Amino acid sequence: MADKIFGIHGDALRLRSQRLSMLASNIANSATPGYKAKDLDFERAMQEVRGGSDADRAAKGNAGYRIPLNPSLDGNTVELSTEQTLFAENAVGYSTTLSFLEGRVATLTRALKGE
Amino acid sequence: MPGNLNIFDISGRAMSAQLTRMNTTASNLANARTTYSSAEEAYRALKPVFRSVEGGDGIATVDVEQVVKSNIEPRMRHDPNNPLADADGNVWDAGVDEAAELIDMIETARQYQNNVQVLQTAKSLILDTVKMGR
Repeated sequence: MADKIFGIHGDALRLRSQRLSMLASNIANSATPGYKAKDLDFERAMQEVRGGSDADRAAKGNAGYRIPLNPSLDGNTVELSTEQTLFAENAVGYSTTLSFLEGRVATLTRALKGE
Repeated sequence: MPGNLNIFDISGRAMSAQLTRMNTTASNLANARTTYSSAEEAYRALKPVFRSVEGGDGIATVDVEQVVKSNIEPRMRHDPNNPLADADGNVWDAGVDEAAELIDMIETARQYQNNVQVLQTAKSLILDTVKMGR
């Protein structure tokens, strides 16, 4: 029922939240030797969700390691410029999805109140 | 938030790891330029060893696994007038690379700030989610 009300946005929020945690992990590990930065291919994951896949499975299947632009000597592949840009982009995406969801909730509330 | 680590754990533990690093840097800079009677007792720079802690689903935070002494050798200096000098008139300066420590300090501060920023963004997003529909 809730799936039909919120459509794709519920799953999109779930994926955005997962990606937010992954990018936060990368930023947290920016000084850990040998740490490999991970990310989620959001577009591909969303395509799978649209094709009827479960959001959790889509998140697991589309996670991967980032290819660094400038490999460092200690084996750490976190590049803060990349991570911070993607983190900001993802945060804005999360907010946008949240606005869509709020719109749905407002519509439903109005319908229930019969104003 | 999936897994057994939430975003507050990730950034919070990274912040405490960076704080430990800042403490070792402070100790190293405080002990730079101190002199000793032998190479054995001389102060050697302390360094934290960071290790990432997996939380499943591609999520990881960071902890300080241990704090080790660096392998920078204390510098021997001939200074017979120093009260700490040994029979040959030599003293040893603490094994601390001050320039490297200062750079480490700036890097630590920047990375701490990054984690604070992540935490602030995540907090406001979660609060927005909680307030949805009100």
